[in-house]
Amino acid sequence: MMELVCPAGTPAALRAAVDAGAHTVYCGFADETNARNFPGLNFSREEMAQGIAYAHARGAKVLIAINTFPRAGDQALWHRAVSDAAGLDADAVILADPGLIAHAAQTHPHLRLHLSVQAAAANPDAINFHARTFGIRRVVLPRVLSVEEITAINREIDIETEVFVFGGLCVMAEGRCSLSSYATGLSPNMNGVCSPASHVAYADTGGNHEARLGEFLIHRTPKGMPVPYPTLCKGCFTSPGDGSSQTGHIFEDPVSLDATRLIPALQKAGVTALKIEGRQRSRAYVAQVVRAFRAAVEAADQGAPMPEGLLARLTEGQAATTGAYAKTWR
Amino acid sequence: MDLTIGPIAFFWSAEQVRAFYQRLASTPVQRVVIGEWVCSKRLPFWQHEIPAAVEALQAAGKEVALSTLTLITLKRERRQTAGLFASDLPVEIADLGALQHLPEGAPFWVGPTVNVYNEGTLEWLAAKGARRICLPPELPLASVVQLARAGRQAGVAVEVWGHGRAPLAISGRCYHARLHDRAKDNCQFVCAEDPDGRLVETLEGQPFLTVNGVQTLSHAHMTAAPHAAALREAGISGLRLSPQQDNFDDIINIYAQILENGLPAPDALSDLRRILPGTVFAQGFLDAQPGATPCP
Amino acid sequence: MTQRPALLPLLTRLPPPPLARPALGLALTAFLRRIAQRNPSILSRLGPYAGARFLLDVRDGPFLLLMQPEARRLSAHSRRTPEPAHDAAIRGGLAAFLAMLHGAEDGDALFFSGELQIGGDTSAVLALRNALDDAELDLTEELAALSGQFGGWLRRGSALAARKSGLILSRQEVLP
Repeated sequence: MMELVCPAGTPAALRAAVDAGAHTVYCGFADETNARNFPGLNFSREEMAQGIAYAHARGAKVLIAINTFPRAGDQALWHRAVSDAAGLDADAVILADPGLIAHAAQTHPHLRLHLSVQAAAANPDAINFHARTFGIRRVVLPRVLSVEEITAINREIDIETEVFVFGGLCVMAEGRCSLSSYATGLSPNMNGVCSPASHVAYADTGGNHEARLGEFLIHRTPKGMPVPYPTLCKGCFTSPGDGSSQTGHIFEDPVSLDATRLIPALQKAGVTALKIEGRQRSRAYVAQVVRAFRAAVEAADQGAPMPEGLLARLTEGQAATTGAYAKTWR
Repeated sequence: MDLTIGPIAFFWSAEQVRAFYQRLASTPVQRVVIGEWVCSKRLPFWQHEIPAAVEALQAAGKEVALSTLTLITLKRERRQTAGLFASDLPVEIADLGALQHLPEGAPFWVGPTVNVYNEGTLEWLAAKGARRICLPPELPLASVVQLARAGRQAGVAVEVWGHGRAPLAISGRCYHARLHDRAKDNCQFVCAEDPDGRLVETLEGQPFLTVNGVQTLSHAHMTAAPHAAALREAGISGLRLSPQQDNFDDIINIYAQILENGLPAPDALSDLRRILPGTVFAQGFLDAQPGATPCP
Repeated sequence: MTQRPALLPLLTRLPPPPLARPALGLALTAFLRRIAQRNPSILSRLGPYAGARFLLDVRDGPFLLLMQPEARRLSAHSRRTPEPAHDAAIRGGLAAFLAMLHGAEDGDALFFSGELQIGGDTSAVLALRNALDDAELDLTEELAALSGQFGGWLRRGSALAARKSGLILSRQEVLP
């Protein structure tokens, strides 16, 4: 059966994911070392120890994401996170920064290393390079690839692949985007946040709701309509041009990824693990999504058709897309 | 400190490329990185210009390196990357995966789209044979200072983004094609219509970003001119200027004056404003502010 | 979202609270203290936002609530006077508040769908939402522990509301 890798932003969400049938849970420490460094989220060392014990007692694994890029002059914080993860008996660490991976491979040779999506290893050369150089055991593939490309990659590499199947969708190659810091000074790579809440302002102006990120207007909707969270790449902009002027979602519509129906194809493509995005989402959300996807991977394992409409309620009001997995997305 | 000219980000015609490098040969820059940086579909239209450009630049005493693509996914892109390492010029990697093709012990350069955020990564690259590293534009001065020190110890020349629209993101999706309601595979090369990229502004008409095919750049010209003295003091060895259609020779001359004659920052900025009227200049990144924060 | 009966008529049928607002404030504060004591991780999760003032505008409720977690103070404010000073605000129907509190609905989904609106310091609201989500609160359980006439009123109101409205007044363990 394909392994289901589920998000947990809090101990309660970790327990909810394990109880709902997650094979594996991924989470991070409550600091800048992980790419979901949001207010009120993530784990203290003690909570991580308890979470790992809870998961291991129920046959589930825990992966610790240490997937931001260490700050120059301050690498000790990231090094400590790696050694604590090893000491806490995490099943693997998910890393992106080459310097940090080199450090982890050298100081903890028995620690299982996964290559984070933030490392943007988008072709067999990049993946083989990391496998050969650092002994990486699994790569989380960037969301820029089609199913055909994933199939081709798996033919050329020897390590496991993990792909995103549900949740938020980055349209840019992850780990290679500074849009957020251009508008706010804070970025996924450096601070573990994208379009951070600390720089979001909502306002009512003349019959409209407006959402701003830093000094830039990202969304404007008529009063009475919900105004989306101003994630920069899903904002509404104008690109003036002779005869081709466009106003709208220039980069991506405010959609979320749902690749449920592609699970059999991804299994055939040789994918080891399916990943659900959303460490910032509630335990209720995590439980619902995990339960639905556990049913889907079990169905795929038996060659049964994918259960339909399991998650319609969670994507209600938000269109779902299969993203780059279908080549036409580009 | 000296000047490096980065690869051309935009889709220019073969004639424009030829004229650009001919002129560049007579400018006061020390080195030039040449190659398709953004979209492999553009390369057949101008790659035959590369040998003559390299020859002219080398004859004028410039160091020349070949750039890889920023995002390498397709098989032909991987083959093309491997081919770069077969030339006798140094390769500047724009995607870390290119190192899979690096011949054992061959020296290489690292471009600003590779994530070098800390000493650990810099030292690791140095051990692999990196000789020059242009740091990512989003780094604050505090990190730049640390990395310059680490570079000196590791024998690596460290460079920072000097001038031009900064590369902020790369995608599998082509935004130029999307703006024309086309798929990437049927783009009909619409990005050629915008030789300095295409403006994206907010619904209030505030200029914000620049679309260049699969790449997204800042709208503002990111300039290190206000920080030149601090960068020199930190031991930074070069500033990178990014090619643009508009007044590029004059831009080079202003930076050359900053480096050679210590042209003060306010004068450099007013010179830039004079030759590029209407342009927004920013350098929030070095100040640990939002990158778009305009220069005073 | 599931269909819910109109709440306003239901709530207006509830008897008014038996206390004047200052006394009500004391009762609410006692209630908050009790939650904070039983769930110390809420305050540690709030981190730098524990000192923020949260305005809770339950639109179909009789008054505005101002919550100050660090001071462990919860006070009621009339809708007829200007709003009390606050750092962050969450506004919406009682059903949406309760659904978020009890983990029956995803906070993000409630915000995206517009059932809850947020104002002021968005980070503080996120921190609060995440801290509450982790605490796995059960309002019915917390209320059951209250005594006195205010507790009695809330319990009666809660039971009536749950019966008549299908509102989520207990922690949701497993969802269908």
